[in-house]
Amino acid sequence: MAEFKEISADAPMSEKALTWIDNRFPLSKLYKEHLSEYYAPKNFNFFYFFGALSLLVLVIQIVTGIFLVMHYKPDAALAFASVEYIMRDVPYGWLIRYMHSTGASAFFVVVYLHMFRGLIYGSFRKPRELVWLFGCAIFLALMGEAFMGYLLPWGQMSYWGAQVIVNLFSAIPLIGPDLALLIRGDYVVGDATLNRFFAFHVIAVPLVLLGLVVAHIIALHEVGSNNPDGVEIKAHKDEKGRPLDGIPFHPYYTVHDIVGVTGFLLVFCAIVFFAPELGGYFLEYNNFIPADPLKTPLHIAPVWYFTPYYSMLRAITGEMMYALIACVLVAAYLGATRAKISNTLKAAVIGSAVVGVALMLAIDAKFWGVVVMGGAVVILFFLPWLDKCEVKSIRYRPDWHVYLYAIFVVNFFVLGYLGIQPPSSIGERVSQLGTLYYFGFFLLMPWWTTLGQTKPVPDRVNFVAH
Amino acid sequence: MSETTVDTSKRTWLITSGCVGAVGGVAVAVPFVSSFSPSERAKAAGAAVEVDIGAIKPGEKLTVEWRGKPVWIVRRTPEQLEALKKVEGQLADPESKRNPAELTPDYARNQARSIKPEFFVGVGICSHLGCSPSDKFQMGPQASLPDDWQGGFFCPCHGSTFDMAGRVYKNKPAPDNLEVPPHMYLSDTRLLIGEDTKA
Repeated sequence: MAEFKEISADAPMSEKALTWIDNRFPLSKLYKEHLSEYYAPKNFNFFYFFGALSLLVLVIQIVTGIFLVMHYKPDAALAFASVEYIMRDVPYGWLIRYMHSTGASAFFVVVYLHMFRGLIYGSFRKPRELVWLFGCAIFLALMGEAFMGYLLPWGQMSYWGAQVIVNLFSAIPLIGPDLALLIRGDYVVGDATLNRFFAFHVIAVPLVLLGLVVAHIIALHEVGSNNPDGVEIKAHKDEKGRPLDGIPFHPYYTVHDIVGVTGFLLVFCAIVFFAPELGGYFLEYNNFIPADPLKTPLHIAPVWYFTPYYSMLRAITGEMMYALIACVLVAAYLGATRAKISNTLKAAVIGSAVVGVALMLAIDAKFWGVVVMGGAVVILFFLPWLDKCEVKSIRYRPDWHVYLYAIFVVNFFVLGYLGIQPPSSIGERVSQLGTLYYFGFFLLMPWWTTLGQTKPVPDRVNFVAH
Repeated sequence: MSETTVDTSKRTWLITSGCVGAVGGVAVAVPFVSSFSPSERAKAAGAAVEVDIGAIKPGEKLTVEWRGKPVWIVRRTPEQLEALKKVEGQLADPESKRNPAELTPDYARNQARSIKPEFFVGVGICSHLGCSPSDKFQMGPQASLPDDWQGGFFCPCHGSTFDMAGRVYKNKPAPDNLEVPPHMYLSDTRLLIGEDTKA
């Protein structure tokens, strides 16, 4: 508890006011801890814009969302028309709605780049595991938010997309059908579903999201930011205890981030004003047709940000199950013969592999498709404990690690592309290979990240003054 | 503070009241979770639908809504009925043995999956993820379908295919045949969907 501070009677009014507040609320303390005396490494590059930008997009989404709710009607009979009413009759309604719809895609663009940054520079490694875990939880909440928001315009894609995803849950053995019924609140996606998704989209998930963002930032400011070199700036401090390679977030990075914000808004506004549908990727054409429960559009695909996962879902067919069973058996064989673990653990490995294979044979491929799709996101949570490389940043890893990361990125794009395309036999094979690579990349990390000769890590960060 | 000994009797009662409180918390969750299930109004909306099928010509399909789902009534041509025999080897469950209680009423557990071979009555929702398959009644080679296609339905979402009796082909994402709803004929041209003589 801070001591009550007295101030001389002839101090200026502003100083008196600040002291009055500081005696009752830690305003100056918070300002110092998070802005003026939060020391961030001075060697941030382009990728470090995306944290601040995702905060900006969050604000855009909340503000535009509030204004959209003033005109929108969460009723199956009125929803589609109310969105058209916003677009045509509400003054500047079109702008607010396009900002919100473009903001949704922009959110995923900046978050994907933000996550990629964390991946390549090892920002998830000790001691930043919780920063990463909160971030993954934010990503999960964001996916839920985007999915439920997409139902609200009540177009054909809204309707059938929700139908497909909710039915995913019915693939879970035993509880599945009842769970799907509980989510929909009706035997098919209908008015009840629209109303509850509205409640989740406008209040429940945003509250969770805001809480997680606060936790993400508090955790980050506790451990300090990582940087492209992956070295700890706290290792070298000046006589006042300030990191030698650190600069105060404000004013240096606030000014720096304004440059990023300007660049971002340039692109954002260009899309909002000139190509709000972005060729059917940000707003799908079929969604301009009102929802019709009796007719599925000829081709349904999720919005672009979900397509890599959707591809993995489609990749799990009856044939693919045999490939997965083979993977489980090989892993169990290697675990039992090569791993340096006790015999009880080895028996456990073999036992769980047998149970796993039995389940894989007994339950439909449809369920395992759902498991794979969910697993693709959940596996990110384990990243801090999968990566065993002795250096954090990709800059000092063996060159071939860089190629593995590059293939991972290309693979993610290929899966995303295939998820947009109608099903085809070649696409199916490619997405099956892509799924194996995606999971192999993460699950084999404890092995491959320890291989190869790492490069010497510098003592201090690399920085060339401009 | 730290040197004071723990008063175990107080601690026991603290734990007990904590547990009782937790039970209360769970009990409070029950009404909230229950409110997610279908309302009485949604349950009541499942009434049977009566359809006049007199105007359907051979090879045509009529779609009606029952419980918010599309129900198809297809009047099959003799060639289409003939094709049902040819494709049996390629089907996953030609005799409708899987989940018969939910998918196929006894009176439809035959090759044509119908009461009258000519009329197929089925729920037009794919057993994979709930899309509504589209009509591909024309036989022969065409986009997304095998060259020896014998007519049927194609699900645009994940490529599952069904024959003219809603039976699913092997090695497709959809595990089951299309559901045949309970139905009965009130007269030659009047069909009641949602109820059968058993009910």
